[in-house]
Amino acid sequence: MASADTIPGTRHRSILARIGESRGALGFLFMLPAAILLLLFLTYPLGLGIWLGFTDERIGRAGIFIGLENYEYLLDDSVFWLSVYNTVLYTTVASVLKFALGLWLALLLNENLPFKAFFRAIVLLPWVVPTVLSAIAFWWIYDAQFSIVSWVLIDWGIIDQPINFLGDPNNARASVIAANVWRGIPFVAITLLAGLQTIPPSLYEAATLDGAGSWQRFRFVTFPLLTPIIAIVMTFSVLFTFTDFQLIYVLTRGGPVNATHLMATLSFQRGISGGNLGEGAAIAVAMIPFLLAAILFSFFGLQRRRWQQGGGE
Amino acid sequence: MAAVGIRDVRKAFGPAQILHGVSIDIADGEFVILVGPSGCGKSTLLRMIAGLESITTGDISIGGRVVNDVPPKERDIAMVFQNYALYPHMTVADNMGFSLKLKKAPSTEISTRVNKAADILGLTPYLDRYPRQLSGGQRQRVAMGRAIVRDPQVFLFDEPLSNLDAKLRVAMRAEVKELHQRLKTTTVYVTHDQIEAMTMADKIVVMHDGKVEQIGQPLELYDRPRNRFVAGFIGSPAMNFIPGHIDAGPVLTGAGGLSMALGAEATQHQGRDVTLGVRPEHLTLGEGGFTAEVVVVEPTGSEVQVNARLPGGEEIVAVFRERHMFKPGEKIGLKPQPGLMHLFDAQSGERI
Repeated sequence: MASADTIPGTRHRSILARIGESRGALGFLFMLPAAILLLLFLTYPLGLGIWLGFTDERIGRAGIFIGLENYEYLLDDSVFWLSVYNTVLYTTVASVLKFALGLWLALLLNENLPFKAFFRAIVLLPWVVPTVLSAIAFWWIYDAQFSIVSWVLIDWGIIDQPINFLGDPNNARASVIAANVWRGIPFVAITLLAGLQTIPPSLYEAATLDGAGSWQRFRFVTFPLLTPIIAIVMTFSVLFTFTDFQLIYVLTRGGPVNATHLMATLSFQRGISGGNLGEGAAIAVAMIPFLLAAILFSFFGLQRRRWQQGGGE
Repeated sequence: MAAVGIRDVRKAFGPAQILHGVSIDIADGEFVILVGPSGCGKSTLLRMIAGLESITTGDISIGGRVVNDVPPKERDIAMVFQNYALYPHMTVADNMGFSLKLKKAPSTEISTRVNKAADILGLTPYLDRYPRQLSGGQRQRVAMGRAIVRDPQVFLFDEPLSNLDAKLRVAMRAEVKELHQRLKTTTVYVTHDQIEAMTMADKIVVMHDGKVEQIGQPLELYDRPRNRFVAGFIGSPAMNFIPGHIDAGPVLTGAGGLSMALGAEATQHQGRDVTLGVRPEHLTLGEGGFTAEVVVVEPTGSEVQVNARLPGGEEIVAVFRERHMFKPGEKIGLKPQPGLMHLFDAQSGERI
């Protein structure tokens, strides 16, 4: 292409032709559609959200810049701090459970079971069903009067009274965590299963001949080789859980007495239901540091190991 | 070190029978190569010795002890895998010392033994590297080092050189052989490459379709193949086979007016349909053999390979040390060297 410049008579090329010959301009052109989409649907809403957090905008009334007033208010707001506590608790407990159960399930599915494909498909179901739908199902399971769990336990004579799943603060927390774990396990299990299947069987055979028992094979072969994928899947799992909204909104709406309010649901309640867009945005923005911390932790702490890097010194 | 005994071993995966009664005796310190085409069951047999596959019927013993129900880790064997099976997240030293670590050996002993094995294999500069940072040949050596560190009764090799390029393979071949001469550990080695088998083995076991075709020293297999399969498998380029009939004389007659005098000992087989086998390197130029039409001449420098066609339509290959540059279409006379012909029964393929 560069040789075109030396050919006489090409001086009067149109701008279009010149752009067509410049690698930089052409590359920029090809990236433009993606860039526009990202700017329009990612950067703009994020920027708007952060901006709104510095204003006193309400629904139907444009706000003015008020600096950090929203954040100062939140600092003294016990409900906000309760929601932070709830979110951290919810994320920690649910992620740990999802990881443990998901890994266990992946190891089971990696064995030679009869109807393997069938079981693998079944495991995906909770992930496939729309969250709102499964949340409504859980709502019935947790119903104060008609709960099937309570009914079975009473029938077996284990308890006398129906369990007050969503009415008691700690019960409610455990219940929403259980529902979230149920829903999140397939993602962890299937992703880890994919990771397990990339481990060559000959490594296990070599370890067997080296004298490793099944626990040692897991400890020295499976687990270390799975760490990169664990880092990725748990980062995603933590992000999904931390920002969870649908499940809580359908099951408890943050109740009882804000015991299950997460930052996302509180933000929605204050910003949309309550109309205080500025304050809602401030709560949402307050989630960003937590999310960044989770991403950085997995990025630096877990993701890249020396043994994964290619040749050379 | 120990002898390995394989007695009437069979293996079936469901209805598919892979091994049909294999018996092999491997003496203490012997280097035995199982060789055969893909799917002949040689790798399965090796994995059965290792304990990675169950034994359907028959016995496998190591050092006089039947190990059918002994788990792999108690068989005191070490195996080198085709893809090396190095632990990617461990350094070379950790890979080699892993089995000792599992045995809870003291770390000073581990490092002494790892250093010794690394020294034997020239791996000392690479002990802190990860497998990813090594070349194919170095990885191969680490896999052998892992086996050496164990100081096992038996080494098992499963096509260890087939992932290497041709030049490196020749070098590693010599290295493995030298290693065996140095350590004198009983070795069972699986390959599909008959040249590897010929150059390295004390004893070769030729397998085909789950059966042992012949067991013997390399040159024994080359000189007196027991049947047509072994004759065709051992040797490169492969032996020529010409179908014919033994008539009075004794004379071998065949398609296209073929007529060639045989030695007096062939008289006893008069009237039989046979296959004549003759190796390309045992053909000389001259009358009294076959008349063939040259198809292709392939000089390799050290020798010249001539592909020719007999009047009956069979392709025949001859190899000469002299630089005969025939033209395609030229008629030449090819005569087998006396005493270096093989006769096989046309039906059973057995040597007669």
